Amino acid sequence: MINVGHSLLIIAVVAICTILLRATPFLIFGSRKKIPPFIGYLGKFLPPAIMMTLVFYCLRNIEFLKGSFGIPEIIASALVIILHSWKKNILLTVAASTICYMIMVQCRY
Amino acid sequence: MKNTTNFYFAFHQTIPVMLGYIFLGTAFGLLLNDAGYHFLWALLISIVVYAGSMQFVMVTLLAGGAGLIYTALMTLFVNGRHIFYGLSLVEKFRHMGKSYPYMIFSLTDETYSLLCRTKIPNGFNEKKIMLYISFLHHSYWVLGSLLGGLAGQMINFNTKGIEFSMTALFIAIVVEQWKEKSNRLPACAGAVSSLIFLLALGPDRFIMPALLLSVCAILFMKKYRILSEGV
Repeated sequence: MINVGHSLLIIAVVAICTILLRATPFLIFGSRKKIPPFIGYLGKFLPPAIMMTLVFYCLRNIEFLKGSFGIPEIIASALVIILHSWKKNILLTVAASTICYMIMVQCRY
Repeated sequence: MKNTTNFYFAFHQTIPVMLGYIFLGTAFGLLLNDAGYHFLWALLISIVVYAGSMQFVMVTLLAGGAGLIYTALMTLFVNGRHIFYGLSLVEKFRHMGKSYPYMIFSLTDETYSLLCRTKIPNGFNEKKIMLYISFLHHSYWVLGSLLGGLAGQMINFNTKGIEFSMTALFIAIVVEQWKEKSNRLPACAGAVSSLIFLLALGPDRFIMPALLLSVCAILFMKKYRILSEGV
């Protein structure tokens, strides 16, 4: 049987911690009349660095030395880069590369 | 400009995330169902927690009746990266008025990416579009969880590999950002710091130090005027 009270407490703790993490920069800088200039600077130049890190985060569990050697990930990622440089249509890029990846991982195993 | 036009524009932006969120949400609802929690739990969690990878960790925490301090530490560990997202959105969110708290609450990886990526054309209402994007993403996630919790077992479609849609979205955004020359150095800073800590600390612990190093690298570039100012 599930423990309703304790489960609700776990949910509350996760929710509160998550929102605190997301809110921290706003709690520190959001209410100031004048935002320090380096925040404006980070607003412009941090997103490209974060997006790159998110790509690494998504691909972090690839094992290059065993299993599929990361081949489906490499092919599908290359397809994203080629398709998106060429057609510049995010929907097409995401749909085509995901289908291609799904076919590769589902047919191999 | 009619409000429906703003909504339609926002909806169009969210389509790449829609499929991923609905399927991943479904996977979550299904897992939670298997752990003995019926769909109302999945619904509640997806509404109030709304954090992809952490919700999957939560299934284990709930099923094992984890301690609250352990739960809190685990959340800070898994979701720590979110602390960096606000840094680049403080300016944008300041003028959001009543929806300010909701915009902060709903700042997931994908919403952050879309909000940074979307360029609002002239005549459209930026605040409304940002709110619609955040709200639509949240709705897809909740809808997916509900589907998984309710009808999970009936879904026969093999969804293995669908999670690549999120990877594809992030790579595509990197490609878009790369076209702008001033983004290239920061992108390289992100790649190098990720690689360093991925090799040094492994896949489970690299993201926080990597993001921190990126922030330092960018502030260093500012100090020595390596990046073009234009802010």
